Amino acid sequence: MTTTVPTPPATPLPPLRGADWLLAHDPRLRLLAAGLFALVVVSLNQLSSSGAALALALGLTVAARLDARALARRLLALTGFLLIMLLTLPFTTPGTSWFTLGSLSASTAGRDLALLILCKATAVMLTLTILVGTLDPLAFAQALGRLGVPHRLTQLLLLTIRQIHLIDAESIRLRQALRARAFVPRTDWQTWRTYGWLIGMLLVRSFARAERLLEAMRCRGFRGRFYRLDTPTWRTADSLAALGWLLLLGGLLWFDQHADVQALGAML
Amino acid sequence: MTPMIAPLLELQRVSFDYHGQRVLHELDFQVYPGERVALIGANGAGKTTLLHLLVGLKRPSAGQIIAFGRVRMCEADFYDVRARVGLLFQDADDQLFCPTALEDVAFGPLNLGRSPQQARADALATLETLGLREFAERVTYRLSAGEKRLVALATVLAMRPEVLLLDEPTTGLDDATAARLTAYLATLEQTMLLVSHDGPFLAQLATRAVRLAGGTVAH
Repeated sequence: MTTTVPTPPATPLPPLRGADWLLAHDPRLRLLAAGLFALVVVSLNQLSSSGAALALALGLTVAARLDARALARRLLALTGFLLIMLLTLPFTTPGTSWFTLGSLSASTAGRDLALLILCKATAVMLTLTILVGTLDPLAFAQALGRLGVPHRLTQLLLLTIRQIHLIDAESIRLRQALRARAFVPRTDWQTWRTYGWLIGMLLVRSFARAERLLEAMRCRGFRGRFYRLDTPTWRTADSLAALGWLLLLGGLLWFDQHADVQALGAML
Repeated sequence: MTPMIAPLLELQRVSFDYHGQRVLHELDFQVYPGERVALIGANGAGKTTLLHLLVGLKRPSAGQIIAFGRVRMCEADFYDVRARVGLLFQDADDQLFCPTALEDVAFGPLNLGRSPQQARADALATLETLGLREFAERVTYRLSAGEKRLVALATVLAMRPEVLLLDEPTTGLDDATAARLTAYLATLEQTMLLVSHDGPFLAQLATRAVRLAGGTVAH
């Protein structure tokens, strides 16, 4: 079967391209840096230090010179969730009253908690998008593999990237075939049965395709290991960047502790 | 055929059953060096099965497969067969799985243990000879059906096989692309086994034809 199906893009979002200085760094460094940052930020307890983390992330965003619209589209999903939280948390957290709205009372503790989560979530999401989101899938999988993630998982990731598109194309073909025979979705048994068959057929076909793909790979000498054409090397610049990043993260942690002491002093 | 020359690939009294159905029955079949054998027969006659048996993707229910003078039984026996026999699949989408054409073409050479530099050079050279140089960095799923087929052929050729097994190589291609493919294949020195329903294509390339019917070779 070689019918040409209009090929939809592999992902609904266009790939993000970072500034050259970002692309020059080893993908492993970018993964580790994003992971460590997320860990540190999650462990922060103070609003001030979380704000500093957000400022750091924003600084990185500016330096990475990403396409603002593409970035906004990526952050949209998180923003919606955060908005709901911002609106509800002050009213659901007990504590000293901040303001009242009819019978509802908003607490300052809830407000601070909401802001804390907003700062942390946005900071982590931004750094992840910039450091990891700009990696192409292959480089991402390879970097994971070189960081010790099991081969099977990275292979699964790599193959999924390509196969997901083929399954999508298959589903488009099947749905076109349904429509060509005057199928209109309704809320009746016929519709549910048809959808059941559609999903079943997709699973069967995907499985068959996966088998053929493996056969084709075995024909080309595949024995369970991927070799890569270009393997990025860790350079001095990466070590320096790693050192700088560690210092910044250490500073954040120190600031968090320090702010804690001040807050304690103020309370006493 | 000169009986003095040993066949490159040989099936001896091979039977193959699929879900209780006998697809091939005590089939004897040989491919000799330098031949371009056309394998013809109705749909479901077992042509694709025969190709898959030759590279060990399927195991016969009975009989023997001999490749390059050695009986091949288990998976490990077929490792070097697959390095020397290139199989082009019916559906190029089954064959291409890397993000870019270059990476896909280099996949085989890398598996054969060539260095990344060598594999890249081989891949680029193969793409060049097929007139696909500008496709190297293109994403494979955005190629047209014809381009995919040519890239799939490149992935096989980059391994420098001695024998090519081509499963309906011209199906689904427009006349111009099919002609380009045929002309290119005519320049190759490799021994070939061509499964096709395309009369003009076979007439241009094949040196002899074998018809499969009823699970065996029909004379």
